[in-house]
Amino acid sequence: MADNTFDLMVLGAGPGGYVAAIRAAQLGMKTAVVEEKHLGGICLNWGCIPTKALLRSAEVLRLMCEAKSFGLKPVEPAFDFPAIIKRSRQVSARLSKGVAHLMKKNKITVIEGRGRLLGKGRLAVEKDGKPQGEYSAKHIIVATGARPRALPGLEPDGKLVWSYFEALNPDRLPRSLLVIGSGAIGMEFADFYHALDVEVTVVEIAPRILPAEDAEVSEFVRKVMAKRGIRFLLGAKVAKLEKGAETVTATVETKDGIEEITVERVLAATGVVANVENIGLEEAGVKVKDGVIAVDEWQRTSAPGVYAIGDVAGAPMLAHKASHEAVICVEKIAGVKGVHPLNRAHIPACTYCLPQVASVGLSEEQAKKAGRQVKVGRFPLIANGKAIALGDTEGFVKTVFDAKTGELLGAHMVGPEVTEMIQGYTIGMTLETTEAELMHTIFPHPTISESMHESVLAAFGQALHI
Amino acid sequence: MPIAILMPALSPTMTEGKIARWLKKEGEEVHAGDVIAEIETDKAVMELEATDEGRLAKIVVPEGTEGVPVNAVIAVLAEDGEEVAEVAKIDPATLAPAGAQAAPTAEQPKEAGKAEAAPKKDAAAAKAPSPAPAATPAPAAPRPAGRVFASPLAKRLAKEHGIDLSMIAGSGPRGRIVKADVEAAIASGAGRAGVAAATAGAAMAGMPDAEILALYPQGSYDLKPVDSMRKAIASRLTLSKQTVPHFYLSVDCIIDRLLQARAAINAQAPKDEDGKPAWKLSVNDFVIKAWALALKQVPDANVTWTQRGMLHHHHVDVAVAVAIPGGLITPIIRQAEELDLPAISATMKDLAARARARRLKPEEYQGGTTSISNLGMFGIDQFAAVINPPQATILAVGEGAPRVVAENGQPVVRTVMTVTLSADHRAVDGAVAAQALTAFRRYIEEPALLLGGF
Repeated sequence: MADNTFDLMVLGAGPGGYVAAIRAAQLGMKTAVVEEKHLGGICLNWGCIPTKALLRSAEVLRLMCEAKSFGLKPVEPAFDFPAIIKRSRQVSARLSKGVAHLMKKNKITVIEGRGRLLGKGRLAVEKDGKPQGEYSAKHIIVATGARPRALPGLEPDGKLVWSYFEALNPDRLPRSLLVIGSGAIGMEFADFYHALDVEVTVVEIAPRILPAEDAEVSEFVRKVMAKRGIRFLLGAKVAKLEKGAETVTATVETKDGIEEITVERVLAATGVVANVENIGLEEAGVKVKDGVIAVDEWQRTSAPGVYAIGDVAGAPMLAHKASHEAVICVEKIAGVKGVHPLNRAHIPACTYCLPQVASVGLSEEQAKKAGRQVKVGRFPLIANGKAIALGDTEGFVKTVFDAKTGELLGAHMVGPEVTEMIQGYTIGMTLETTEAELMHTIFPHPTISESMHESVLAAFGQALHI
Repeated sequence: MPIAILMPALSPTMTEGKIARWLKKEGEEVHAGDVIAEIETDKAVMELEATDEGRLAKIVVPEGTEGVPVNAVIAVLAEDGEEVAEVAKIDPATLAPAGAQAAPTAEQPKEAGKAEAAPKKDAAAAKAPSPAPAATPAPAAPRPAGRVFASPLAKRLAKEHGIDLSMIAGSGPRGRIVKADVEAAIASGAGRAGVAAATAGAAMAGMPDAEILALYPQGSYDLKPVDSMRKAIASRLTLSKQTVPHFYLSVDCIIDRLLQARAAINAQAPKDEDGKPAWKLSVNDFVIKAWALALKQVPDANVTWTQRGMLHHHHVDVAVAVAIPGGLITPIIRQAEELDLPAISATMKDLAARARARRLKPEEYQGGTTSISNLGMFGIDQFAAVINPPQATILAVGEGAPRVVAENGQPVVRTVMTVTLSADHRAVDGAVAAQALTAFRRYIEEPALLLGGF
């Protein structure tokens, strides 16, 4: 085979693309990945990972502030903002190198530049406007991800109006920040900057924050964060941004009328849109629907031999969903037996603000809307021994079961490290658990995870510690 | 798409086996039904048949390898149009997840005789269901006995809707039955307990569980799960009564002379240091011997009905029902017509003891050409037994007890034992069965004839 001919090529080296490349290489395919900016994509470089690094700094700072309550001699809590940002960038750099190593280890050709489909299994790559070469592959996987959504009038400008890129690597620490949108990105940055004493206001167009989560979760987190000093304007819309030299004045339409808010920086966190432009989708006959590439359950697009995974293939735009689609897509191509399509009802979602939020499956409202009779269990962390010992009792666990069959329909958690625990419920759902198996599962004591057990028991009127 | 050939599970208990011999070479063409390898287990050598067509791209496990786990990939088949060399390069481990779904089927053990090969229901059950998620899983043929893998939710849904899980195919990992499969079965009506019985024959018949449970108020009973032995009894005897046309013949046997002979023989037994006699023959030992000799004398009654023809057995292998807690098992005295009484007695004692401990090997209770069920020790005068398929006869033995009988026109008291023969009318006619039973009576009433050759 010539050097520019591959069994499989991947467009984009994010958590969808690079995982697809590794799996393909493992299955014996001659594989290449085309990446314009950095291995690891947004996730590793400008998303999941660097934000976790920032939030870790915020968490340690908060603990320092609370030192006295743990019987420790108070120290003067202080932080070095550039150092926090530097650490976050170092974490990303380290992981990006890790991906480069994985590519090398799996003998995957990494082609730097922007790829463009030419149709019929061909692909052109250019870098800085200069053609780099043409390639062909039996199978091409489009994994070009997504970018911040720019609403008219709220477009990030790289200075006063931020997207998550600037929020992750700002020129300086602003004194005040207006966050537009209260999804995971908005809430994490709101929390991070607030921990660093920035005055934070969050504007959300929906009537509640974290609109994708269960309503009880939204209300709980709002209360906790509002108490801490973050201001929330719900059911509100930013109509206009007026920029000064170092400030922005936002005109916000609230339920109670127009309000003008002047801040040093604005973060537009109004979601992301798929990167479907200028990659030759039309030429290759790949159909785009509602802004994302239309795919079937095996990630196949309308063009034979072309597949799409991750954000560019539609919601939920989450790294773990992209990686999972990558494996399914490649294994299906390779003819591995026993491949099952991804079950969209079992994709967990995590938000790493304080308190953390994690969920999988249907919210109570969604379950009821779907016509299910439900049994709902709740357990507050205030009744959990380990949470009390940790001094971190803000949170609860909520479980939603089908009243008839005992099927676990959804689980919703707020509190310390719930993002690490949600997979317990996810495994259960994947194995099609009913309440009986969860009740019979032994949860170690003392752990916060005992609340997961108690919540299940509570749904059936059998909770022990409340 | 390359096809993985997996180590088949040749019995429900098999966990590993040996590749005795490859009968196809790499690169050779393979047709469905071709024997491609011989697999050796601790019990037998069996033939591995291909279920798919293609070329044998790669032999993963070489000849002579022992301890190959069930469902391990042992070879890879390239389908039409696939480059053998390319397929051979694929890491076989990646093809493995298909698990039991893709397991090739095996021929019946050679020792069981090829002519006996059952209709290949197993083959149908073992074929992989389409991986397409949208497709409604086809109702499968009944699986071989053993554990049915299903998700908790699938089990619960099946119970609620009266679906027999053993009747539906699983589309989950390794053929596991998942919610979607049960929902499809509910929608299509497949797998209903009643339907199952009608289509499969072997399944438990009758009303769906839900209807039965509706008849009894909750709390008025304890619902206890049943073990695999109970299930096996239920399905085998249902099969028997539904498919085997039974008829029954009874005779009274006067066994005074037999009791005398038994007493005399047992009295001669030398005793060891503990005062334990070297032998102690039971009435049942005589019954086994007499029935074996009767069938030897009337070989037309020592037969098995098959669709292909009648099996005329060369020996009389007598299965003797032994009650054990929770059910019964029928260990077999092989070639009982050739054994003398002490040998029958000793064999029976050993088998019964190990049956009660549930330590019998399958070959010690599978097969048999006839059965004996004796409820005499429970004081039963007479009863009729259900034939144990594929056998054609079963002798039900009542208690030997003093009864008034007419002898030379005079009432006299004799020890009388009533035996009832159940026979499969497809294989044994009334006259033949009568001959066999008459021969039995002759032997049991005149035990001297049991010395043989008469």
